Amino acid sequence: MKFEILQQLNAERAARRPAIVVTDTATGAQRLVKSADIAADPLAAELDKQLRMGKSATVEVGGQKLFLNVYAPTAKLVIVGAVHISQALAPLARSLGYDVTVVDPRTAFASPERFPEVPLIAEWPDVALPPLNIDHYTAFVALTHDPKIDDPALLHAFARDCFYIGALGSKKTHAKRLERLKGEGASDADLGRIHAPIGLAIGAVSPSEIAVSIMAEITAALRLPASSKAAAA
Amino acid sequence: MQLDRDEDILRAAEDWRKAGRGVALATVVETWGSAPRPAGSSLVINDEGTFLGSVSGGCVEGAVVTEALDVIDSGTPKLLEFGVADETAWKVGLSCGGTIRVFVEKVD
Repeated sequence: MKFEILQQLNAERAARRPAIVVTDTATGAQRLVKSADIAADPLAAELDKQLRMGKSATVEVGGQKLFLNVYAPTAKLVIVGAVHISQALAPLARSLGYDVTVVDPRTAFASPERFPEVPLIAEWPDVALPPLNIDHYTAFVALTHDPKIDDPALLHAFARDCFYIGALGSKKTHAKRLERLKGEGASDADLGRIHAPIGLAIGAVSPSEIAVSIMAEITAALRLPASSKAAAA
Repeated sequence: MQLDRDEDILRAAEDWRKAGRGVALATVVETWGSAPRPAGSSLVINDEGTFLGSVSGGCVEGAVVTEALDVIDSGTPKLLEFGVADETAWKVGLSCGGTIRVFVEKVD
């Protein structure tokens, strides 16, 4: 690998932007494709597929074996609400490979005894969320049931283009939430991005089952191509 | 999107190179059967034989490091294959029964 490619790759990774290194393993010829350049690349379809799966692979193109080494940012999960469901959700998400952070200004909820081994921030969303550098590679869930906490948190998630946004609450609760958020200036497109009621419909009852349904929905948002997501919705 | 990428091998490669060391990268590029680490897993090696990362969870790292020292000297990349069918199976084969191909290249 050329030192220049290595330096550029490390810069992209530090900025949490995906990049793919394409190597002809027969000759050693190599190039770096940054995420912004994928669409215009001759290998656009292959690159897009591997990036979506977060998987490196050797592909054969025109008799050439090319290794596509995918470098995508680590997915994060930000959980607003240190509630009972979150106690099941945080370890489940960690086992799936997410960097998990829990935010809740209510210190009785956000206690290390309830959340061992998970970074906890006992602050209001306006203080807690900006330093987390929430981005497109972040799944965001609002689980407090308290509009004072969930609403500002969701507005922040809209602004940061999270790949998944979910909010706990019945259809009725969610309808009221949409009205409030609209009053705060959220667009219809933003409001349409909230998954609510949260989680895949698997008949989940217990907090752990709800956590499974939430992670299943997040996994679908992460892995399914846009076309099949539209079909599933 | 990536889930749990381990220690920062590429950062180490850059730092070692900046410090004037000879550096090679070894990366799993293909796997068959029950390979221990997926494609994209990598090892960074410097000219002192120090290495970070893993391409097989320990089964063939020794052999890869030896080859990597050659690559640092010659500058020519190599494509290595390891599997139970190798003559060297008892020495550096994969006990899991899989086969892996490892691309070794110099950072220059």
